[in-house]
Amino acid sequence: MSTQRDAMVIAGREFNSRLMVGTGKYASFQQMVQALEVSGAEIITVAVRRVNISDRNKESLLDHIDLKKYTLLPNTAGCYTADDAVRTCRLAREAGLSDFVKLEVLGDEKTLFPDNEELLKAAKILVAEGFTVLPYCSDDVTVCRKLEDLGCAAVMPLGAPIGSGLGIRNPYNIRIILENIKIPVIVDAGVGCASDAAIAMELGCDGVLMNTAIAGAQDPIAMARAMKLAVEAGRLSYKAGRIPRKLYANASSPIEGLLA
Amino acid sequence: MKVTINGDFTDINDGSTVAELLEFLQIGRERVAVEIGLEIIPKACYASHIIQEDDKIEIVHFVGGG
Repeated sequence: MSTQRDAMVIAGREFNSRLMVGTGKYASFQQMVQALEVSGAEIITVAVRRVNISDRNKESLLDHIDLKKYTLLPNTAGCYTADDAVRTCRLAREAGLSDFVKLEVLGDEKTLFPDNEELLKAAKILVAEGFTVLPYCSDDVTVCRKLEDLGCAAVMPLGAPIGSGLGIRNPYNIRIILENIKIPVIVDAGVGCASDAAIAMELGCDGVLMNTAIAGAQDPIAMARAMKLAVEAGRLSYKAGRIPRKLYANASSPIEGLLA
Repeated sequence: MKVTINGDFTDINDGSTVAELLEFLQIGRERVAVEIGLEIIPKACYASHIIQEDDKIEIVHFVGGG
C-alpha cells in the first residue's frame, strides 16, 4: 500500500531517497548545500582531485557536507583507463570516508561515453578488493549483465551524454535492462528536467543520478525540489500500475442515461 | 631535498615523514589520501613513512563532482 516504506536498497543498505545528486558545478558551496538539502538526496557524488597546495585558504568541499547525513559516492571522473580508475578508487577509499564508488571509465572526450572494455576490467579488480561498485555504463543490456555478473552493486546506464540534458534517449534499452538485470538500475547522466527523471522512474528504474540538471538550472534550488518531486511521482506512478496504451478511445462517462 | 608534490617541484626538509609534510603544508590528514610513486600510503603509516629524495607525491581530496 502507498504508506509502506519503499526504500532503495544498494549493497544491503537502505535509502529513502531514490534521487542521487552530484556536488559539482554549483555557483557556491552555499547553493550546493541548499540544493542537496531541498533535493532530499542521501547519496551524493564527489570527485577526487589534487589538493591545491599553494592556496591553503581555499575552502574544502567537506567543510560544507554533513557526513552524518550523506553517503559519499566518490567518482572516477576523468579516467580513461582501468588503471587510472582503480587508482582513483583506492585513493578515495584511503581518504577514509566511503567504499562506495561511482566507477566511470570514459572512452571519448566529446560524448564522455564509457569505454566498456576498460570499465569491465576496472570493475573486476574493484569488486575483488571489496569496493561497492556502482558503474556508469552504456544503456546496453550486455554490458549491464557483465557488470552484474562481476558483482557490482548496481548498474548505472546513461540516459544521454553527461550534462547534455537530452533526457532518456532510449527508454526501450532501459526497459530491456530492467527486465534482465536483478541488481538496482539507476539512470545516471543526461537528465535535463523533472519529467526526464519521472520518465526514468516510470520505466521502473530504482533511482536517478544527476548533477548538471540541478546545478545548471536557472534556479537550482527550485529544480532540486522539482527533481525530488519528480522522482517520487515517477516511482508512485510506476507502482500504481498505469493504464495500457490503446489505439482507440475508451469513454470515461457512461452511455446509459444520455439525453436523447 | 627535492621532491614533486602534485606535479610541482618542491624543496622539503630531509627525512620528513608524511605526517610532517602534511603539517608543514597545513593539510588536515583526515580528509586526504597520499600516494608516493603510485603507492598509496596508509594513514596509519603517515607518522613513520619517510619521504625520499625525488619522490613523486600526490595529495588528493574530495571536490565537487557529478
